[in-house]
Amino acid sequence: MKEKMVLYFPSTVTEQPFIYYLVKDFNLMVNILKADINPRKEGRIVVEISGEKPDFAAGLDFLQARGVKVFPLEQEIIWVEERCTHCGACSVICPVNALELNRTTMKIEFHGDRCVVCEHCLKACPSRAMEARY
Amino acid sequence: MKKTIAEINARIQAGKAVVVTAEELIPMVMAQGVTETARHVDVITTGTFGPMCSSGAFLNLGHPAPRMKMSKVLLNGVEAYAGLAAVDAYLGATQIPETDPENKNFPGEFNYGGGHVLEDLVAGKEVLLEAYAYGTDCYPRKKLEKMIRLEELPQAFLFNPRNAYQNYNVAVNLTDRTLYTYMGILKPNLGNANYSTSGQLSPLFNDPYYRTIGPGTKIFLGGGVGFVSWYGTQHNPLAPRGANGVPTSPAGTLAVIGDLKQMSPRWLRGISYLGYGVSLMVGLGIPLPVLDEEVVRFAAVSDSEIFAPVVDYSESYPQGLGQVLGTVSYAELRSGEISVNGKKVPTAPLSSYYGAREIAATLKDWILQGEFLLTAPAFNLPREAGVPAYGRLVFPQEG
Repeated sequence: MKEKMVLYFPSTVTEQPFIYYLVKDFNLMVNILKADINPRKEGRIVVEISGEKPDFAAGLDFLQARGVKVFPLEQEIIWVEERCTHCGACSVICPVNALELNRTTMKIEFHGDRCVVCEHCLKACPSRAMEARY
Repeated sequence: MKKTIAEINARIQAGKAVVVTAEELIPMVMAQGVTETARHVDVITTGTFGPMCSSGAFLNLGHPAPRMKMSKVLLNGVEAYAGLAAVDAYLGATQIPETDPENKNFPGEFNYGGGHVLEDLVAGKEVLLEAYAYGTDCYPRKKLEKMIRLEELPQAFLFNPRNAYQNYNVAVNLTDRTLYTYMGILKPNLGNANYSTSGQLSPLFNDPYYRTIGPGTKIFLGGGVGFVSWYGTQHNPLAPRGANGVPTSPAGTLAVIGDLKQMSPRWLRGISYLGYGVSLMVGLGIPLPVLDEEVVRFAAVSDSEIFAPVVDYSESYPQGLGQVLGTVSYAELRSGEISVNGKKVPTAPLSSYYGAREIAATLKDWILQGEFLLTAPAFNLPREAGVPAYGRLVFPQEG
């Protein structure tokens, strides 16, 4: 199985190795998507973990037993309106019309409820007005 | 009905000028006719806010002590051409850092480059200047590294050799793989059609024969005041035109200049095209003085009367074949869907119509407030092969 999740590290454990043990002892593949870890401060990483189901469950138990909190990934795409030039380039790239060019105002409208977080817009936007948040 | 620029300026200064945008003009002319509108209106404002790759700025970086003849200049890691006098350099919009991975991992992201440095400068941000020199008796210094801000530079002016293209291709993709181009991402099998002008608001669509525009015409540039400085590179007034005089393929262009220190990051934006590179979105607006009825007649052109060629960017454009798949109007393009080879194709602009509207409205506001007077060009942009008023100039025939 394969899943994306957010691992939250309290400040007491940020200096301990975890990914090493997930790979070595639990035979899991760990792909770090985003990490924000500082010595002696709380940290957060977004990972995609894949492996056999029993290994997966055992790996998560190991993390939680050591004080790491595990959350499902709730990813969100943010439209940074002040960076948007309302050019319209994104409107044909978004597969679900979450980014729509209003033909009257000729402004881009972002409908977050339609967004499926495919992330195509992130690099299609010339002024980089779209951001992913985890 | 004839008016002179002096008469129009007198009305602007007296607070009596009537100014409308090129978009507002269309229903006025439909309702009142050309003659009545020309009698009533003094100035028509236009605007465009789109990617204009042929842009950049001349920067004087100031003399350090000891003095230095900078032969290599980097700004936030982006090289500016320094083969000029000691501390002058030209920063081009499409320059990328030497460390950029380019298209090695295709498609490259091109997250930062010359256009972004220009945006950072006008935003008032600190930019890292690194300069290198071989050292001479008069200019002994060999290396300089410091943070600079635009306000500290003795002079900085935007000088764009090709802006405000009069018409442009509509880009499509006939192959079964995605293309990454300066016209944006083109999805396979006619997945989308991208275009890039502001149509009925675009400056040169409203004065198709350049009757009022030429070097010396005062304009809105990047949020500040600028001037048309010359006809732009690739200026081709001989492109085919419709019965209304409007070119049906890329035609005239402008070289423009303006004080970078007046400009704003709202109207100079660094942009990134996936798999292609970086560029600069430039806001540009030109006021058209209503000298006669013809000015109004031409400026009243609407999106349904302006046509652009549809070009395949998998073969025809890159190979320079000049084949056109069809012609569509800007009204069709702006509706969101056109028909190409019998297929319905969704359209997307790369040029911000919303921004163009705001520029035309801003310029209108400046004129109404008496802050912006019109200028007569030193000569009109060349409109045909031959010898223009200022001297000898021959344009090559098309082909």
